[in-house]
Amino acid sequence: MKKSSLAAITLSVAMCLLIACGGGSSHKEQKSATTNTPSEEPAAANPSYDPKRGEGKFDESNVKVGPLNTAMAAKGKTTAETKCFSCHKTSAEKLVGPGWKGVTARKTPHWIMNFVTNPDPMIDKDPEVQAQLEICLVRMPNQNLTEDEARNILEFMRQNDGAK
Amino acid sequence: MSVNKILAAALCLSVTWFTSCKPKGSGNAVGADAAAKTYVAPGKYDELYNFVSGGFSGQLSVYGIPSGRLLRVIPVFSADPEKGWGYSEETKPMLNTSHGYVPWDDLHHVEMSMTDGVADGKWVFVNGNNTPRLARIDLKTFRTAEIIELPNSAGNHSSPFGTENSEYIVAGTRFSVPPDGDKSDVPIKTYKENFKGHISFVSIDKNTGAMDLAFQLKTPGVNFDLARAGKGKSHDWFFFSCYNTEQANTLLEVNASKRDKDFIMAVNWKKAEEYVKAGKGVKQAVTYAHNTFDEATQTAKSEMKKEVTVLDVAAFPDLVYFIPCPKSPHGCDVDPTGEYIVGSGKLAALLPVFSYDKIQAAIAAKSFEPEKYAGVPVIKYEAALYGEVQKPGLGPLHTEFDGKGNAYTSFFVSSEVVKWNIKDLKVLDRQPTYYSVGHLMIPGGNTKKPYGKYLIAYNKITKDRYLPTGPELSQSAQLYDISGDKMQLILDYPTIGEPHYAQAVPAELIKDKQLKIFDINANKHPYKANGEAEAKVVRQGTTVHVYLTTIRSHLTPDNIEGVQLGDEVYFHVTNLEQDWDVPHGFAIKGANNSELLIMPGETTTLKWVPDRIGVFPIYCTDFCSALHQEMSGYVRVSPKGSNVPITFGLGDK
Ligand SMILES: [Cu+2]
Repeated sequence: MKKSSLAAITLSVAMCLLIACGGGSSHKEQKSATTNTPSEEPAAANPSYDPKRGEGKFDESNVKVGPLNTAMAAKGKTTAETKCFSCHKTSAEKLVGPGWKGVTARKTPHWIMNFVTNPDPMIDKDPEVQAQLEICLVRMPNQNLTEDEARNILEFMRQNDGAK
Repeated sequence: MSVNKILAAALCLSVTWFTSCKPKGSGNAVGADAAAKTYVAPGKYDELYNFVSGGFSGQLSVYGIPSGRLLRVIPVFSADPEKGWGYSEETKPMLNTSHGYVPWDDLHHVEMSMTDGVADGKWVFVNGNNTPRLARIDLKTFRTAEIIELPNSAGNHSSPFGTENSEYIVAGTRFSVPPDGDKSDVPIKTYKENFKGHISFVSIDKNTGAMDLAFQLKTPGVNFDLARAGKGKSHDWFFFSCYNTEQANTLLEVNASKRDKDFIMAVNWKKAEEYVKAGKGVKQAVTYAHNTFDEATQTAKSEMKKEVTVLDVAAFPDLVYFIPCPKSPHGCDVDPTGEYIVGSGKLAALLPVFSYDKIQAAIAAKSFEPEKYAGVPVIKYEAALYGEVQKPGLGPLHTEFDGKGNAYTSFFVSSEVVKWNIKDLKVLDRQPTYYSVGHLMIPGGNTKKPYGKYLIAYNKITKDRYLPTGPELSQSAQLYDISGDKMQLILDYPTIGEPHYAQAVPAELIKDKQLKIFDINANKHPYKANGEAEAKVVRQGTTVHVYLTTIRSHLTPDNIEGVQLGDEVYFHVTNLEQDWDVPHGFAIKGANNSELLIMPGETTTLKWVPDRIGVFPIYCTDFCSALHQEMSGYVRVSPKGSNVPITFGLGDK
């Protein structure tokens, strides 16, 4: 609190100086005054990110896949109709986002679970998602999927990819 | 810390230098460390939410304090094309009244819902002064959830003020009028015989907030200005200021200012409640609208109600008492203990402070004036009076409290805020306002527990305070730090409309309860499209229903044909997003109502009647993604009887 009020005063003074000097080189002061503002860590500064796992609640221990559960897959499809198919086709064809065909071969189950429930930080950090963003230009929205909804969608993706 | 001080001093110098060229005297009240006290750094939250009357804009504005940043304008009584409020099919019923659709009002006062005499952050109540209405805003969604019209009323000014647990929100008529009905066509000069005041008691459901016009008090014909409920020991009582006790019906400027004293009306509302429960009220046939917004269907309905229960106060000797109060009292404010009632005679040169205990003793001892006023006992002035603040200023209007034994009163004529001690009635400090202050507000200053750190003055005239903007300048709010002995002006900021009263509460009370999206699976709108597979166009005679969806960055369908001249087209737009702060807009060329702004998970409907043949672009108005400009489509309109079939699609679908 004290720190921020100090920063506030510094900034105000800097602004006054800026006015008083008719816009001289007060770049330095301004910069130092804004170091307090919270900012997201850039991707490069985040070596702890694991592109095989993604970021979120899920890993190998809590996402297990076995023989296809068709009931779960059917529920996943219903949810996807409301929340996903506006932007994704079940074929390989790109719509707004990439097509779903083959996604379960390209990505681990827990990566998919993390990405669909926690897209924002992964869009910022995951190199492959970043590359995808350059193609799609639309950040995948957080559709507020519950854990069950996400798991059912994963099951539907597996069915879509021919899992038995 | 020493660095801090030096910097503050430097800042102080620069502020002084900047203000030295202002008109004489106008910089004096500015606190030296004003900038540090009001600066909220980028990315930081304000300490308080401030709900401010939008006056004749009919809306409620929300500011952050201490920054004075405008956070939101909530449409209430006035149609707002930006948000589709009053234009979408779902919200049109909210502005319905017994006079039909009234798309504007004059919003004056703001009251937060309370529990145990302290704001609980659930709802905000506001009044419509013109076509008498009371509205409830839900603080989960920052949307108007309910509007109720008030019969037998005209100029709902003495409103909305609530009891300690929001048992009732009251609404007193400013203009007395003949009661509604077929006997209301009377000569205006028969005011004294035929005009009556009505005070509405609207009960509030503790859990849902639902409003119900429980009963009305019929009073002698006077003008009711403001009101406050008692607190603590005075919990059962309500106090209303009244002027025009002369009962003048013309040139009120002169004729309503003749008497030396008008009244504060003290009402034992618990008694009134008992009488109503005992069936003592008279049922009167009236017509008033009650409009409610259903969050599940996201649709409002307007119901016309036909009856109200009325208690004539003159018929119940222990229900209502008048207390003489000098010269047209405006504010009538109860201190945090519930003992002191401050009357502000706006034409008086003193401030009377009444004592609740003395009022009770006077009633018990029947210390009344020899003559009743229109059948109502009048308590002797001295018998109710605690004391008077002498020469406080000119034109006292409103008083708030800091919870430390001090009161703060606004003075319109002398443009100042005056701090005085309630016990010894001595003036402690006075600071100028710029200019002609009306209401003032201390966060929680009307409650049992004031948050005595800031005071905000709401000013009527702002000449020379801002860059000039033609003949009209924005009204202003001025923020004072009142944590020390002397008030310090620390910020000046423009407001929307003309601000009257306001309320403020710590941000924590509200910010974590915010609804971020509407759950699309809970959406019960009858025209919802649950995903793009359900998007479609359906013709029913000359009505065309378009079930349309939005998601970044396309509309589905985006090519529509088969609409004909003479059709009424309803675009039911469902926003499929489930992400916070991603509304989509919907607009069509030539729409003579408004755009829509659809929240995540919500369905909203725009009615469109094409006026010519051709192809009409539709598009999203709210910049939503890098491909927002691509979020568009076309509707083709053919002549009446054309053989172009209804078709719709998106891409190859
Ligand atoms: Cu959009």
